[in-house]
Amino acid sequence: MTGQWLMILAIALPLAGAAGIVLCGRWPNLRESVTLVTAVSLGLIVIELYSRLQQGASLTLQLVEPLPGLPIYFAIEPLGMLFALVAGLLWFVTSVYAIGYMRSHKEKNQTRFYAMFAIAIASTMGTAFAGNMFTLFLFYEVLTLSTYPLVAHTGTEEAKRGARTYLGILLGTSIGLQLLAIMITYSLTGTLDFREGGIVAEHLDPAWVGVLYALFIFGIGKAAVMPFHRWLPAAMVAPTPVSALLHAVAVVKAGVFTVLKVTVYIFGTDFIVSSSASDWLIWFAAATILLASLVAMNQDNLKRRLAYSTVSQLSYIVLGALLATESSIIGGALHITMHAFAKITLFFAAGAILVAAHKTEVSQLNGLGRQMPLTFLFFTIGACSIIGLPPFGGMWSKWYLAMGTIEAGQYMLLGVLMLSSLLNIVYLLAIPARAFFSKATSADNHFHGEAPWTCLVAMSLSSLMCIVLFFNPEPFYSLARMLVTQAP
Amino acid sequence: MIETHTSLLLVVIPLLAAPVTAILPNGRLPWLLTLAVSWLCFVLAIWQFMQVMDGSVISYELGGWEPPWGIEYRIDIVNAFVALIVAGMAAVTLPYALLSVEQEIPKDRISLFYATLLLCLDGLLGIAMTGDVFNLFVFLEISSLSSYTLISMGRQRKALTASYQYLIMGTIGATFLLIGIGLIYSETGSLNMVDLNNRLPAVFEHRTVHTAFAFIVVGVGLKLAMFPLHLWLPNAYTYAPSAVTVFLAATATKVAVYVMLRMVFNVFSTGFAYVTPTDDMFLLLGVFGVVFASISAIGQKDAKRLLAYSSVAQIGYILLGIGFASALGLTAAVVHIFNHALMKAALFMAVGALVYRIGSSHITQIRGLGRQMPWTFGALVIAGLSLIGVPGTAGFISKWYLVLAAIEQQAWVIAIVILAGSLLAVIYIWKLVEALFFQPAIDDTKSVREAPLSLLVPTWILVLANIYFGLNTELTVNAATIAVQVLENIPQ
Repeated sequence: MTGQWLMILAIALPLAGAAGIVLCGRWPNLRESVTLVTAVSLGLIVIELYSRLQQGASLTLQLVEPLPGLPIYFAIEPLGMLFALVAGLLWFVTSVYAIGYMRSHKEKNQTRFYAMFAIAIASTMGTAFAGNMFTLFLFYEVLTLSTYPLVAHTGTEEAKRGARTYLGILLGTSIGLQLLAIMITYSLTGTLDFREGGIVAEHLDPAWVGVLYALFIFGIGKAAVMPFHRWLPAAMVAPTPVSALLHAVAVVKAGVFTVLKVTVYIFGTDFIVSSSASDWLIWFAAATILLASLVAMNQDNLKRRLAYSTVSQLSYIVLGALLATESSIIGGALHITMHAFAKITLFFAAGAILVAAHKTEVSQLNGLGRQMPLTFLFFTIGACSIIGLPPFGGMWSKWYLAMGTIEAGQYMLLGVLMLSSLLNIVYLLAIPARAFFSKATSADNHFHGEAPWTCLVAMSLSSLMCIVLFFNPEPFYSLARMLVTQAP
Repeated sequence: MIETHTSLLLVVIPLLAAPVTAILPNGRLPWLLTLAVSWLCFVLAIWQFMQVMDGSVISYELGGWEPPWGIEYRIDIVNAFVALIVAGMAAVTLPYALLSVEQEIPKDRISLFYATLLLCLDGLLGIAMTGDVFNLFVFLEISSLSSYTLISMGRQRKALTASYQYLIMGTIGATFLLIGIGLIYSETGSLNMVDLNNRLPAVFEHRTVHTAFAFIVVGVGLKLAMFPLHLWLPNAYTYAPSAVTVFLAATATKVAVYVMLRMVFNVFSTGFAYVTPTDDMFLLLGVFGVVFASISAIGQKDAKRLLAYSSVAQIGYILLGIGFASALGLTAAVVHIFNHALMKAALFMAVGALVYRIGSSHITQIRGLGRQMPWTFGALVIAGLSLIGVPGTAGFISKWYLVLAAIEQQAWVIAIVILAGSLLAVIYIWKLVEALFFQPAIDDTKSVREAPLSLLVPTWILVLANIYFGLNTELTVNAATIAVQVLENIPQ
């Protein structure tokens, strides 16, 4: 099969899977098999695409052209490949987890859940392979809309309120700011193609670059730069597999991915640096890193704490893009991967605790480690990777991000990164410490044991990856490297 | 031979069919005849459209009297495009009408209903065809009088008040238009549009011409529900029978917009409109229309009324396009005439399907129906997304051109208003979505069946058209681009 059609298949397959899931809705086992088979095939497809890209294949495909000069156009470049690889591989892991979780938790409307999940993955793939800003925006919006029913899944008043915030902020920023930025770009340059070295450099007065760039950065609400971060904690009302894959990986990474794309292919890193467009924006990212960490420390609800941690970590990537040096871009791209594997492990563990012990608050976890040792072991691994300790993958991305701040001569920011790592230790490692070393309160010491085995399998896979990525970050590193070294 | 008569046939066939329908026995026969006529008109309209697609003009002299003395039907791409929308919407609405009308209209009035509907169609097509301003007024009255009747046939008694309100406002509008036409006739001695376009510049300085222009703009503004002259519209759309709401929402205001474009740009001229403060007025009213009507829509408790206010807001977008006074803005306006017809018809059809099942469109009555009528709900969501302007739908295309036009003139406030309008649309559409899907049904024990196929199929044809014209804009944007050249009098 030619590479082009393989790329389309990566988008179409989850859609077909969604249709299959709806058709098999009455037979849960068959329905879950459809999900798993689709997820495995998608995983294989992205790996195959990766190897073709490594061999230097150039994969592009134009579908239709709704507006003159603005086709729906797909092209694989290193950053998109990296994102697709992460999302594609983790979908399978999450599916395994979701089966155990959804059944143990006796969630309703599971057919709708799996179908919308598959559609969300399809739009993630579309975002990753988008060859111009128009196509990217199209799938960006579809991703928002297809995840809305997942956030509102339980249908309770709280879920509806959360979903309203989710939709309101994401659509509000994308239509109000991002679309405006896209259209200004188009009316200036007459194109929205992603080109190496950017497209706006010759058309834009440097004085206005900062404004346009800010419209993009804040307009990409999925990157959750403060003050547009509120949707992410609000989305935590969703079932845990959704929080894990979509709100730690697909949706939020689609945001920072778009930020990187815009930085590298719309503006061009050289232009960002030379026009000092991001001089004041970096402080928004830095503030988000610190403030979100501080808020996370005060959250007692486990999933909300993880959500604020995600807000903080996302701004690492945004910061990487804003600094626009070679190392910082590599660090930002790598952090998409490293944070994905680590954070998904943490969410899996949070869900496992909810399913097995029915606990949602951090303060309830005392002594739980003795009943669920594996879950908390995996949690510790994920937490260490996020903090950036060796021998876990998270170290590499923090390393390159720190290098980036030094290259840019921003020692204050280096301090911010270090301080944030310390805060990470406090709010993340405190959780397993409490579980392992504190005494259980006497009120609820009935024995419930470990999480369902599918949840454990999923957690072990993702936490194993955190370790493997320390010793062998090569596949992702080479993609990040290609991103900054491709011929200008 | 037949080519030259196509345009005339489009007007003559519905006109002749109307009295025949009226004397047919009540039952399905009147519907069948109306359906046949509307489909025939659609085919003719497509054919006519293809004839002028390349920018050529069909001129037909009624009764063989040479213009400017006789009435001339002069079909360029603008006429053909509007006729295509009207005939196309009629062709989609009629299959939908069968069951909906049987339920809502008393049995003994069915043939009268269809006869009136045919007259309304005839009036609208006539407006689109004619090249004579007085003839245009006549057709406007035919369509208006028949729409008053159609609206009054709604099953609630409030339909009568709504119709009466529309009658008063509509008549004022028509009178203003007539006064305006009379004044320019007294100045130039001509009623032919092309002829007027040649003669009027000589008298542009005259105060009479300015007065005439003001009368015409206000009169037509009333018919197209230009903010703040829109007060008749929400009631009329809310209380009219479902099928009538669909048809009128998709066509009547669009045709009035066409009249506005024709009058302002071709009878008078681009230059005249921009020397007077007309363009600024359009921009101002457009902005206020978008903002106020969208906010009003959010507060509505009835789905049909909510969509009606949304229509007023959408007309605001079209006015903005006209007011920008640029090729890009006019393209946006013309494209939005087409796209808005598609999305609003689909939305009213979906709501009509709810009404068909439960007899009400009140937001508390439709709660929880989305789960029981998934296809209707799906149609409403997709058409709603198109209204919001999500990429991949027709609505996005018009918003795109409109915002580009605003950016081109560096009208940042207006660009932001347009995008904010989209966000307000998210709120009111989501109000419906949440009520339909996430609220508990009022009566859980009562199961509501999905709408019948004859309602669903037309709805989904329009929904798919919304997606198709969001991905393939060859037809709409090309037609709009050529239409703009005609409107701006650019020689081809």
